[in-house]
Amino acid sequence: MAITVSIPTILRTHTGGQKSVEAAGTTLAQVIDDLEANHGGLKSRLVKEGSLHRFVNVYVNDEDVRFSGGLEAAVKDGDNVTILPAVAGG
Amino acid sequence: MIRRDLVDAMVAHARRDHPDEACGQIAGPEGSDRPERFVPMLNAERSPTFYRFDATEQLKVHREMERNDEVPVVVYHSHTATEPYPSRTDISYAQEPDAHYVLISTRDPEEHELRSYRIVDGVVTEEPVQVVESYMFAHTGVDDTPDGS
Repeated sequence: MAITVSIPTILRTHTGGQKSVEAAGTTLAQVIDDLEANHGGLKSRLVKEGSLHRFVNVYVNDEDVRFSGGLEAAVKDGDNVTILPAVAGG
Repeated sequence: MIRRDLVDAMVAHARRDHPDEACGQIAGPEGSDRPERFVPMLNAERSPTFYRFDATEQLKVHREMERNDEVPVVVYHSHTATEPYPSRTDISYAQEPDAHYVLISTRDPEEHELRSYRIVDGVVTEEPVQVVESYMFAHTGVDDTPDGS
C-alpha cells in the first residue's frame, strides 16, 4: 500500500494529466521528494526555501499540514495527501 | 454566461461583508463551463484589502465538488475601495486556468460593478458577462446544436 496524492489541475502537467498518483515516505517532505523523483518539477511548485509554498494548501487526510508540522507532518501507508492551490488575492 | 440569481447572490455577499472583501466560488458540472451552485466562502483574512479561502472549508467544499463531478467554474471576490480589476496579488495567486475570475466592486454604496476575467500564466483577459434568467432558454450558439442537424 502506498500514499495517494491528489494533484490539482494546475500541477497535472507534471503528472501527465493524472488526477492522483502514488508516493512513498513517512513525512510530507519524503513524499514530496518521492513525487519529484517520478514527476519532475513538482517539488519547486510546492516547496520554497525549505518550507511549503504560500500558494498551496497541503492536507494529510483531513488535516491542513500547516497545523501538523508542515513538511515534517507524519504520513503513513494508506493516507491521502491532497494538494489544493491557495485561493487568495487582494 | 451566468444566471441572474447567481450574480445577485455574489453581489449580496459582497455587500454583506463590506468593508471586508468577500470571496467564494460557483460550482458547475465538469467540462460544462456552466456556473450552477453558489458556494460563498469564509475570507480567512477578514480584511478590506486581502482575501484567502479558509483552508479547512476549502478542503470540505473541494471534496463535495469531487463527489458531484463539479469544478469551480467561477471564483469571485470583492474589491471594496477600488475598481473591479485583478490586483497584482490576484494575478500572482490565480491558479485555476479554467475558472472565470469575477470581481465585484462595492466602492459605490448604490451601484456595484461586476467584471469577469481569465487569468492564465499571469495574463489577464477580460471577458464579456452575459446575464440570463435561465440557461435553458438562453441562446448558447452552435455548440448546442444536436449532431446531424
